[in-house]
Amino acid sequence: MQVSMPFSPDQASSYSGQVDSLFAFLCVLTILFGTVITLLIIYFAIKYRRRHKDEIPGQVEGSMKLEVLWSVIPFLIAMGIFVWGANIYYTMYHAPSEALDIYVVAKQWMWKFQHLDGQREINELHVPLGRKVKITMTTEDVIHSFYVPAFRIKLDVVPGKYSTVWFEATKPGRYHLFCAEYCGTGHSRMIGWVEVMEASEYQAWLAGGAAEGSLASSGEKLFQQFACITCHRSDGQGRGPVLQGLFGKEVPLQNGGKVIADESYIRESILSPRAKVVAGFQPIMPTFQGQVSEEQLLQIVAYIKSIGAKAPGEAGVSNPNAPAPAMKPPSQ
Amino acid sequence: METVAEITPPRTHYLNATYGVKSWLLTTDHKRIALLYLASVTFFFFLGGLFAAGIRIELLTPQGDFVQAETYNRMFTMHGVVMIFLFLIPAIPAVLGNFLVPLMIGARDLAFPRINLLSWYIYTVGALFAVLAILFGGVDTGWTFYTPYSSTYSNGNVILTGLGVFVVGFSSILTGLNFIVTIHTMRAPGLTWFRLPLFIWAHYATSLIMILGTPVIAVTILLLALERLAHVGIFDPALGGDPVLFQHLFWFYSHPAVYIMVLPAMGVISELIANMSRKRIFGYKFVAFASLAIAAFGFLVWGHHMFVSTQSVYAGMVFSFLSYAVAIPSAVKVFNWTATLYKGSISYDTPMLYAFGFIGFFIIGGMTGLFLAALGVDVHVHDTYFVVAHFHYIMVGGTIMGYLGGLHYWWPKITGRLYSEAWARFAALVIFVGFNLTFFPQFLLGYMGMPRRYYAYPPEFQVLNVMSSAGASILGVGYLIPVIYLIWSMRYGPHAPANPWGAAGLEWRTSSPPPTLNFEQVPVVTWEAYEFGDPSENAESRMENRG
Repeated sequence: MQVSMPFSPDQASSYSGQVDSLFAFLCVLTILFGTVITLLIIYFAIKYRRRHKDEIPGQVEGSMKLEVLWSVIPFLIAMGIFVWGANIYYTMYHAPSEALDIYVVAKQWMWKFQHLDGQREINELHVPLGRKVKITMTTEDVIHSFYVPAFRIKLDVVPGKYSTVWFEATKPGRYHLFCAEYCGTGHSRMIGWVEVMEASEYQAWLAGGAAEGSLASSGEKLFQQFACITCHRSDGQGRGPVLQGLFGKEVPLQNGGKVIADESYIRESILSPRAKVVAGFQPIMPTFQGQVSEEQLLQIVAYIKSIGAKAPGEAGVSNPNAPAPAMKPPSQ
Repeated sequence: METVAEITPPRTHYLNATYGVKSWLLTTDHKRIALLYLASVTFFFFLGGLFAAGIRIELLTPQGDFVQAETYNRMFTMHGVVMIFLFLIPAIPAVLGNFLVPLMIGARDLAFPRINLLSWYIYTVGALFAVLAILFGGVDTGWTFYTPYSSTYSNGNVILTGLGVFVVGFSSILTGLNFIVTIHTMRAPGLTWFRLPLFIWAHYATSLIMILGTPVIAVTILLLALERLAHVGIFDPALGGDPVLFQHLFWFYSHPAVYIMVLPAMGVISELIANMSRKRIFGYKFVAFASLAIAAFGFLVWGHHMFVSTQSVYAGMVFSFLSYAVAIPSAVKVFNWTATLYKGSISYDTPMLYAFGFIGFFIIGGMTGLFLAALGVDVHVHDTYFVVAHFHYIMVGGTIMGYLGGLHYWWPKITGRLYSEAWARFAALVIFVGFNLTFFPQFLLGYMGMPRRYYAYPPEFQVLNVMSSAGASILGVGYLIPVIYLIWSMRYGPHAPANPWGAAGLEWRTSSPPPTLNFEQVPVVTWEAYEFGDPSENAESRMENRG
């Protein structure tokens, strides 16, 4: 069942109908419950109005049966709503692996987008119709919140980590993008537009921009510029783990734990390299905190992701037992 | 209200027992302290209202034109801080609770009268810090003080405002402590727990939250101040901290704080419904235990403020489930209040009008809480005007309706005077209409996607915003009318009899206004709560008849 509510914004994503249906159900429930109670109160208030000033009515004791009835029935209805709502929620925050990646850096007071092909936008986001899109976000300063009412999605953007949400646009058009978490003086200026385009138009738009090459190639340049490559060599002879084929794999850690090499782990490893050291390696990598911007971090992530995809069969850590080369000062 | 001709007021009572400023500022009489609180919270209610007026004027037009963005942000922040910490939290417990807890349990005062006075002074000192913060330019973080905006980026008076909230918290703790000890140890002979009015149960539950929850906000503010002054790195990710941790700590107090605001109002409504329909509350024990259940469950649902905060999806599910669990005792109360009216003798006097209004608002406020607890729907309406409308229905529609209903109901007891019933009914109606016109359009705005705390907004939201601002001006008038006729009644109103409503409850068995020590003789209670007529005479025969 998919319903459209009056006063609902455009229904432009695969969630819109689902959210509106649950919303409509809740409205019906509220009206039903509210009407029953209101009518009962009005009926009692008229029928049992005080007839004379010293009237003392007969007393009615409570009723166990009624108490149980009006606790259990609302509880069951509530559980139904809970499951319904949780189901939608779970989907929103579990992006399918085939989704198109778009990277977002928020700051006071703008939205900066980076596409895989290298296009960059500010406060404008172009997405293709009918394709799953995964948004990976972080912020340079305070907490913001990525909110597209027509898509019924919202997620906070928190400094120090990546948050991800996904959607599939179902209707071409231009839709509001709002910052929903109060972020200072210009909070209400931190708005933009999401433009949903037909696939062919989107391709044309992609072909139009991107002077700097793809996001991954920018990342690769940074990878050399910051000399990451001297340790993270692809032949397994470097002092750091091989990064080819790493993305999405499970990595054994020095402390015996394990971690999935996702965007957050890569980010953390660049900024706080000693937090989760790969088993078999020395904690010798310096931090790049303060040297690399959030946008550059995302480019490096995109690069590491791209070399992960190219070599899907290879193990994430090619030679954890190889002796670490002699200690040298980092080449930075 | 029946106007009884020629009532002779008691010659001496708590209001005229002593005279002079000192007799008020150094009083340990819980009734006088309640009046000190009444004056204080009334002042802050109208101060908070002024900020609201500024907000509603700015939002008349889509573009920002009445004030600067910076000023607007300070206005909504100060509106929230003043209304929540200086009005809503203390309003019912510190005014009505202070006045009534000893009277309702047949005691001469609270267990610690001097601590009671101390709590008012602490409140005043804390409030002064907040006022100073306003005079120095205010604060712009929102009343929620989210980090890292508040700890690193805001240039408002975060520390001073935080200090105010921190200090006021102690007055809350002391009041809660006083109530709990008083209710445990000072009940009149025969007044067993299940003979207590539900107002007392509600205040007991509220006091538990005050004692257990308030220290957490104190700690949180302290950490925020440390972070802001010394950059210790608790909330700053650059120093290894976690900004979302602040939200957990903040809501661990601030969600239960919602129940500090609404549970006492529920207690008032139970009194109004029972006494104005002269019926024992249907399912008395269920209503009593519902208060305790709400207090207990209220501590387990804070994460429902954080469904889109990047907390774990599974945590979100647990908090959603628990939020539905806490909704049930609230629903049970509404059902029992409605059932109480059945075969009652229902009066349409002002307090009952407020009780009816409360139930109406509480249904809408409560049901929209179910919308917000539904994870998939919350993602869309979170941080929009839907949330703003929802919590105003609970806090303004619930708490303030309960507060005003209670103030009218006990006004004859507090002042010994009767107010103008016609004006009072008129004001109740104006408030009801103004409130709905102000806040109902905000539900629609929220669903349409208008984020909260927006200084300027897209033009399609204007019509509903204008409606809301129009409603707010009606609501404002509605709140001013009672100030006029209530103050007028203090001097010119007819004298009130001891029990103008024909109500049950020990507070009506002493003179209006009561003597300083409340009762001429310590009452001995041999009857259940809400026994109408003269239970002291025929309690035994009634109980025999009931078997």
